[in-house]
Amino acid sequence: MANIKSSHNINLGRFGEEKVAHYLTERRYEILDRNWRCQSGEIDLIAKSPAGTIVFIEVKTRMNNSFGHPLESIDSIKQGRLTRLARNWLRVNKFGAREYRIDCAAVTLAPELKIDYRIGVI
Amino acid sequence: MPAIKINSVALLGLSGTAIEIEVDISDGLPNYTLLGLPDSALLEARDRVRSALQNSGYSWPNRKITISLSPAWLPKSGSNFDLPIAIGLLLSSRAIADTDFSKDLFLGELGLNGQLRSVRGVLPALLFAKQCGFRRVYIPKENLAEANLISGLQIYGFNSLIELVEFFHTGHYQNLESSNFKTEDEIPLIDFADISGQKNAKFALQIAAVGGHHALLIGPPGAGKTMLAQALPGILPKLDSQTSLEVTSLHSIAGSNRNIYSNIAPFIAPHHTTTATALVGGGSQVIKPGAISLAHHGILFIDEAPECKPGILDSLRQPLETGTVTITRAIGSVTYPANFQLVLAANPCPCGKFSGRGRGCGCSQLQIRRYLNKLSGPLLDRIDLKLFVEQPTRAELSNIDQTYVPSSADLRKQVENARAKSTARFNSFPWKTNSQIPTRYLRTEFVAEKSGMSFLHAELDKERISARGFHKVLRTAWSIADLQQTPRPNKEQIQLAFNLRTAGELD
Repeated sequence: MANIKSSHNINLGRFGEEKVAHYLTERRYEILDRNWRCQSGEIDLIAKSPAGTIVFIEVKTRMNNSFGHPLESIDSIKQGRLTRLARNWLRVNKFGAREYRIDCAAVTLAPELKIDYRIGVI
Repeated sequence: MPAIKINSVALLGLSGTAIEIEVDISDGLPNYTLLGLPDSALLEARDRVRSALQNSGYSWPNRKITISLSPAWLPKSGSNFDLPIAIGLLLSSRAIADTDFSKDLFLGELGLNGQLRSVRGVLPALLFAKQCGFRRVYIPKENLAEANLISGLQIYGFNSLIELVEFFHTGHYQNLESSNFKTEDEIPLIDFADISGQKNAKFALQIAAVGGHHALLIGPPGAGKTMLAQALPGILPKLDSQTSLEVTSLHSIAGSNRNIYSNIAPFIAPHHTTTATALVGGGSQVIKPGAISLAHHGILFIDEAPECKPGILDSLRQPLETGTVTITRAIGSVTYPANFQLVLAANPCPCGKFSGRGRGCGCSQLQIRRYLNKLSGPLLDRIDLKLFVEQPTRAELSNIDQTYVPSSADLRKQVENARAKSTARFNSFPWKTNSQIPTRYLRTEFVAEKSGMSFLHAELDKERISARGFHKVLRTAWSIADLQQTPRPNKEQIQLAFNLRTAGELD
C-alpha cells in the first residue's frame, strides 16, 4: 500500500516528523536516526533522551480529528511490528542491551497545530 | 487519578447483586476495554456509550480507558449498565463535578443519541437497592411509574443523559408524576353476566376462586369454556398491595406489559404449542420467569390442553405442589414463585361433538379415550374440579324466563365473603386458602361433619377415590361450606365436592 500513497500524505507525514523532531530537540533529546528502514518496515524517529535511553518514536499526522484520534490506528499488529523494528535497530547499530522505550506522537494540523506526545506506550 | 466507582445492580431471577463499575483512564494509546464477563449485549455497551457521549456533546477521552464490572466472576448481561458506565466516564473527564456517589445507584440503557431507554427488572432491582441501603437511584423516565411503587428511596427519572448531567449541575428536578402508589380497578374483558346459562359451571368456578382450586373444563367447542376461564379473574379476590408488588416484580423481569397499577389477578393463557421452557421459565444468560410465574397469584389457563405436546403439561406437576419453581442453568440457580391456579380446557373428543346426546360425533371409543388420556393421571389427580360445560339451551341463550344473571361483581362479593371466613379461620396458620390446608389438619383442626365423613370413607373403601383425592375432596368441601356460609362442610357439600372431583371418571 505504501507505494501508492499520495505525495500529499507523504509530505504531510514528513512535516509531522519534522515537528516532532523539533519538539524533541527542544527537550534536549538527540536525534540519532530518521526513517530507518529494514525488511519489516520503517521507524519514523530514533532519539537519545537526556538520560541516555534510546527512544523510538512513531509519528501519526492528520489534518484534523474527524476520522478519530490519530493514535487509534496503532493496533496490536502495528504495536508488535514497532517492537520488532526497535530490536532490529538496536542489533544493527550495536547498541545491544541498552535501555529503550517506544513513544507515540500524534500531530494534528487543524484547527491548530498540536502535538500529543505519549511516553512509553508500547 | 484514582479509579472512579459507580454502583449498579445485576439481577439473577428476583435476587440482586451489587455491581461496582470502576472506570480508569490512564496514559497510553487510545484503547477502550470492558472487563467483568460481559455478554454480547453488554459488550455492545462500549459502542453505545461512546456514541451517546459524543452525540450529547461531551468530549471522549482519547486515552487508555479500562472499565471493570465487579465482582468479576459473575457473568453480566443486558443493557442496564450503559448509564453507570457513561456517568463514570463523565466523572473522569470532569464533565460532572466530583460528587460522592457511594449511596447512589444508576440503571439504564443509552440510545446512540444519548437518550435514556427503559430496562427490564427495575422493580426487583430497586427493592434490592433499598435493602442494600442505597439512598438515590437514577433511572430512565419510562421506568419511573414502576419504580415509584417503592417507597423510601429518592428516585429520579430522566429522558436523556444531558438532562441527568444538567440535574447534577443545577440540582433542580421536576417530578411531574405523583409517587403515590394506588391500585386501579380494572374492568376484566369478560363479565360473568355476559355468559348465558352455565349455572353449574359458574358455581364451580366460584368454588375454585374461594379455595384456589385447580379446574378442568370439558365441553364441546363454542359452549363457552374459554369465556368462563377469561371471566374467572373478575371474581378472584383483588390483589393487595404486597401481592400486587410481587406480581409486578415478576412481570418486570419478564418485560411484559401488565398494567402496573392493576389489582386484578393476572390471567396468563399460553397457546397449547408452548414449550416447557416458556411455560416453566429458563434461558441461558438471563433466567426469565415462565408463564407459571407470570401467573403467580392468578390464573394459568391452557386452552385445548390435550393438544399440548407430551410432557409439557406434566412439567407443571412439581410447581403445582410446591408453589415455586427452581430453574438451574450453568449461570446459576433461580427460584421463582409460581403459586398459580391452573385452569385447563378440553374438548370431550377429537371432533368435539361427544357431549349431550353425542349427535354427529364420529370418533371411536378408542379415539375418545386416547384424547383425554393425554392429560396424565398424576396431573388430573391434582385437579379438584372437573366440570362439563354443555351447550346452552335456546331458553338459556334468550334468557326466556327473565331471570337475573349475576354479574362478576355480585359473584366476587360472595367469593370475598367466603375468603374472609377462611382467612379468619387460618389466622394463626401459615397458609391462606382452603386448597393449602395440610392433610394432618383436615383430621384434627378442621374436621367436616360426621355424616359427610362416613360417606367419603365408604367411597374410599370402594376404591373410588385415592388417599390424595380423599383429602382434596375435603378441601373443596371447605370452600363450598365457606361459600354457602355454613360453619363446616356437611354431607351434601362433601358429596358435591366428591362429584366435582370425580366427574371426569364417570363416563
